[in-house]
Amino acid sequence: MVQSTLRISSSPHLKRRTTTDAIMRNVVWAMLPVAAFAVYSFGLGTLMLLMTTTVTCVLTEHVLCRLSGKESTISDWSAVITGLLLGLTLPPIFPLWMAFVGSVIAMGLGKFIFGGLGYNVFNPALVGRAVLQAAFPAAITTWYPAFTANRFTEVATSTLALPFMRPPTVDVVSGATPLAAFKFEGVRTETTDLALGLISGSTGETCALLIILGGIYLIARKMMNWRIPVAVLGSAFALSGLFYLIDPGTYPHPVFMLFSGGLMLGAVFMATDMVASPLTPRGVWVYGAFIGVVTIVIRLWGGLPEGVMYAILLANAVSPHIDGWIQPRVYGTTKKAVMT
Amino acid sequence: MTLNLFRKKTFRHGVHPPEHKDQTNGLPIRQFPFAPVIILPMSQHIGAPSKVIVREGQEVMRGQLLAEADGYVSVPTHAPVSGRVRKIGNVPTISGQMTTGIYLEPFPGASQAVCAGTPVDLDTATPDAIRDGIQRAGIVGLGGAAFPTHVKLKVPEGKTCEVLIINGIECEPYLTTDHRVMLEQAGDIFTGMRYLLKATGASRAIIGIEANKPDAADHLSREMPTDLPATVEVLPVKYPQGAEKMLITALLGREVPSGGLPIDVGVVSVNVATCAEIGRLLPTGRGIQERVVTITGPGVEKKGNYLIPIGTPLRFVLEQVGASERISEVYMGGPMMGVAVSNLDISIVKGTSGIVVFPEEDVWHPEKVYPCIKCGACLDACPLSLNPSQLGILAKHESYDLMAEDYHLMDCFECGSCAYVCPSNIPLTQYFRIAKRTVKQRRAKA
Repeated sequence: MVQSTLRISSSPHLKRRTTTDAIMRNVVWAMLPVAAFAVYSFGLGTLMLLMTTTVTCVLTEHVLCRLSGKESTISDWSAVITGLLLGLTLPPIFPLWMAFVGSVIAMGLGKFIFGGLGYNVFNPALVGRAVLQAAFPAAITTWYPAFTANRFTEVATSTLALPFMRPPTVDVVSGATPLAAFKFEGVRTETTDLALGLISGSTGETCALLIILGGIYLIARKMMNWRIPVAVLGSAFALSGLFYLIDPGTYPHPVFMLFSGGLMLGAVFMATDMVASPLTPRGVWVYGAFIGVVTIVIRLWGGLPEGVMYAILLANAVSPHIDGWIQPRVYGTTKKAVMT
Repeated sequence: MTLNLFRKKTFRHGVHPPEHKDQTNGLPIRQFPFAPVIILPMSQHIGAPSKVIVREGQEVMRGQLLAEADGYVSVPTHAPVSGRVRKIGNVPTISGQMTTGIYLEPFPGASQAVCAGTPVDLDTATPDAIRDGIQRAGIVGLGGAAFPTHVKLKVPEGKTCEVLIINGIECEPYLTTDHRVMLEQAGDIFTGMRYLLKATGASRAIIGIEANKPDAADHLSREMPTDLPATVEVLPVKYPQGAEKMLITALLGREVPSGGLPIDVGVVSVNVATCAEIGRLLPTGRGIQERVVTITGPGVEKKGNYLIPIGTPLRFVLEQVGASERISEVYMGGPMMGVAVSNLDISIVKGTSGIVVFPEEDVWHPEKVYPCIKCGACLDACPLSLNPSQLGILAKHESYDLMAEDYHLMDCFECGSCAYVCPSNIPLTQYFRIAKRTVKQRRAKA
């Protein structure tokens, strides 16, 4: 006799098992090699920096959820991404207390205030970094050379600087980033050095190869929209290539543009934030191309050596409008669906 | 026309759920035994329920008319077995609602010969006579929709049917009934097509089959009579290709207008098992008494494709096939669009294409629903290019009228592709089902 306590559910009764927390977890896995290389090339201080941003982001989300009487959402792993990503965009010897402040702002102002995961308008990590850039313009452009001999035994004094103390400026001198070197001194860096990460820069942006590998992993697992990095890098390459062809003496080679600064990290791990990017394939192309173009424009004619962060934040703001303009044609209709 | 030559034969988007068809697609159709009691709901189809014309205690013969069609959008019900009408009263249905039905007690020793009706002669019958014959045979869409077939075949004034599509796609995972019907009942299918071509006035027919049934496609191509203006088209596997609109687009590149019918683009489409039934029943004038059902899923010991008398109680079916003691979920139809059964006392009806049984250990339900992360997977899945992400957000705020007016909610046919892919486990299809029902009720009131 067959028992008759049956469970009822609504169709479809089959479900693909790629869940949101799995996607988020895999993004973290994909960033880990980049983080590991950052620690390897910049040392103990960078390890402490990445730990600080990650732990602070997770704790901030947990505390904010609890304070607002909601269940904690840290198990979806998105806070870990924000923390790790923020750490990877900061200079290697960035003061930890500032990183702490940036992390709290990223989670509070960048994400929680909008309603948490799924509702943030901007990439939270970039919100944190933008605030840090405005608040601490000196510290965030204080670079440090990679592969110093004592990187695993000593921590730079600036890393452990106390809050609101003027950070010491001793170890600033020798670590200009390739973009700054080009912009302010006209010095060009070898492309192989850029690809392999033998340069100075923010902790996570130096090794383009590992970033690309992480991106390929996520795309292969269908957890990242491949169109975004392709559109960002493609448009950046095309625009900078155009100017290079016009005047190779003034403008840098497009390959240099792709591999220098935060473009690779931004294209693969930041512009691809699903929440802050458009929904439709065509919208995504527009969004990606927008980032690439704005980045190059800022780099070539702006006051800053790097423009990826602002390009992505701008594109995040435009993204809902792109969704409004570009809607797929609904089957069996001639006009586009409206988006209000 | 030139464009059509290079067009890839498919439709936009769709999903690829695991198929699980190999468990039953090699098993020939087998006759199922008669249950000790047959329970026949009068409402097995879309439209008005059949009207009972027998009395309690009356002895009936297999194939005898028990209830007649009540109006145009309705079909009659025939006795699937010789026996005695034990009771006329309420019977349970899958929706949970009770409906009028007939309890029939088979005679154990009866010969089970079938009584014939008025045959429909293929050569002399008019289109009207064929449609009438199809209604008298009680035939409805056997693919699952159970819409009275004769209604579908009526070409409205001012429109013409150019192509007849025979739907052998069977895109639902686990189900193999159409596959077996195509392998074993080719003759009936071809006869059915002749009736259908005549009834619709179509000049040609296409049998659409997915590439996961190459043996069926080969068999039908090989056996196809030379005088039948029909072709077999093999399409790449993709769910929900069996949906009428998707199949028409895949085969012909035409889109059925929003809110319209296939006839608006010159097409009538009929499920292949329905077509076979027409070819088998009309020459003798008999009514439909049984249908092929795939009984499968990890909770079933004797999986297979069975010819089951209509009205056989589900409990009897599960006992016969050795269903596991620990069954947790039973779906009538496929797992993508089928309905979860809450009561094993319901019966196999004309629209039942499959029974899929899952024991507790094989059921996976996501434990947590996350917020929409705007990943766009649902937009890439929706075969109608709707925006399920936005619709889902609106549904949560119960903005049903806005969903219908601006986001084409009413076009959604609940294929489940969006909910299948959603990484945040949002029950999108269920949201839309509720939204559609609410909008329909509001419109009916207004």
